[in-house]
Amino acid sequence: MNIPEDLRYTKTHEWVRVEDGRAYVGITDFAQEHLGDIVYVELPEVGSEVEAGDAFCSVESVKAASDVYSPVSGKVIEVNGSLEDEPELLNEDPYENWIAVIEMSDPGEVDALLDAESYAKHCEEEEEEMA
Amino acid sequence: MWSYIPHTREDKEKMCKALGIASIDELFDDIPKKVRMKGDYDIPGPMTEDELIVHMQELAGKNSHLDSHACFLGAGVYDHFVPSVIDAMASRGEFYTAYTPYQPEISQGTLQAIFEYQSMICELTGMYVSNASMYDGASSFAESAFMACVATKREKVLCSRSVNPEYRMVLKTYAHFRGVQVEEFGYKDGQVDVDDLKSKLNEEIAAVMVQSPNFFGVIEDVASIAELAHSKGALLITSADPISLAILEAPGKLGADIVTGEGQALGNQPSFGGPHFGFLAATEKLLRRMPGRIVGQTVDTEGRRGFVLTLQAREQHIRRERATSNICTNQSLCALMGAVYMATMGKEGLKEVAKLCYNKSHYAMEKLVKEGFKRAFDAPFFKEFVVISPKPVNELNEKLLKQGFIGGYDLSKHYPEIDKGWLIAVTERRTKDEIDGFASAAGGEVR
Repeated sequence: MNIPEDLRYTKTHEWVRVEDGRAYVGITDFAQEHLGDIVYVELPEVGSEVEAGDAFCSVESVKAASDVYSPVSGKVIEVNGSLEDEPELLNEDPYENWIAVIEMSDPGEVDALLDAESYAKHCEEEEEEMA
Repeated sequence: MWSYIPHTREDKEKMCKALGIASIDELFDDIPKKVRMKGDYDIPGPMTEDELIVHMQELAGKNSHLDSHACFLGAGVYDHFVPSVIDAMASRGEFYTAYTPYQPEISQGTLQAIFEYQSMICELTGMYVSNASMYDGASSFAESAFMACVATKREKVLCSRSVNPEYRMVLKTYAHFRGVQVEEFGYKDGQVDVDDLKSKLNEEIAAVMVQSPNFFGVIEDVASIAELAHSKGALLITSADPISLAILEAPGKLGADIVTGEGQALGNQPSFGGPHFGFLAATEKLLRRMPGRIVGQTVDTEGRRGFVLTLQAREQHIRRERATSNICTNQSLCALMGAVYMATMGKEGLKEVAKLCYNKSHYAMEKLVKEGFKRAFDAPFFKEFVVISPKPVNELNEKLLKQGFIGGYDLSKHYPEIDKGWLIAVTERRTKDEIDGFASAAGGEVR
């Protein structure tokens, strides 16, 4: 399982990378692994306001359509349009292929997110529950 | 005749003993005695099979039905001819007995039939994708409103009063519990009142909903209404008579985003108003917003053509409360009859049925006008039309029934503003003699 050290994570398996007050958001390796082949990504609308914890877009695999929850609050300023035609990019490299960029209204929210170590532990616990 | 008896007396005694009770009545001890039924059911004793058949035939003989009367009633359900091949196909055990047999390993026949149904509906409506069918015309109409709301992220729809009143009632019931607002706009000379629509249309409207041919049988200007809806970012939803689509332009080519309709006219007997099926077809953009089941064509591990349910990821059994719809089923057998009908008639056959409906209904309209009935609207119609009767419609219908005719629909219940409005449907089954007889009988009653 790939969990890069420099990112922050949610318990619902999203990752965040902050650059100049902007949060790049995607789904984790754990998420893509468990979803299976991703066939469709429903991107959020550019300009829409989101609250941390909101279901702001969804990812559809051959198994299920799952909501993606925004790790932070703010405004969606960019979406990764290439996912519309190539949703499988999320399977191939979930960290390179972010889903949306959010201009954060409260950058402090990032501090409350999990670091790589805590997230790895969280994944282990979930794996155990599923097993 | 013996009724079906699931348990013998010994079975019942054993069960009572296991439960530690003396009689079955003890199971109902919690229900107060005063609300329990006392005494026996007042029903006659048993009959022999022979007696029972005679009895049932006597009861059935009291009905006025499509074989005893010439029917001019429509209003959503129509007396079209149903070729006998349809029952022969639909009653085959492989189709008839299994309940939702969707496992592709054992159900290629059923899945292929649904796939073919979907393909034919797409062709008829001019749309990209069709689902495997819905309960009826009303439920597919109502479900399509929610598709539009999710797709546009808006929560209000505009629906024409020229749409079947029962569809509008179902729409409002569904919408009420989903927090979707429904506003109606009026009609003028039997068609959508474009000015009223314009005054109510704005950027908060998810969809404009019309029916064409509408409840009055009148053909709407779908292309103009679609353009108007799209100018405010709303979708255009239509409900269509599938028979009419054999000669009218496909709604998909006129700009409709979702096309729904009642499928009964395609090979399903009117019965007592059901069961029938609804169809729902949409543009590619709305593919993932479609409720219900969709069958797709694929290849198996050896490269052979096969069929499977597809795009189910948003269905209720997977997404629970976040599902796009709580429809989890379809009307497979009725839709199968629709598919067999379309395949049996073929493109030319379907066109012929539609042309006969058109010609005969126009002939009937002229005859009725000569008998003193007035046309309510000048607008073009397909197989149904409204005339104003000189006398109350319910009285007229009662008299005609005695003469062997099932008269038209009384519009007073849902359209009190149309005084003595009589909605007449004429299908390909009506002969010239029947139409002539009906018109002169009706004329005789109102003079």
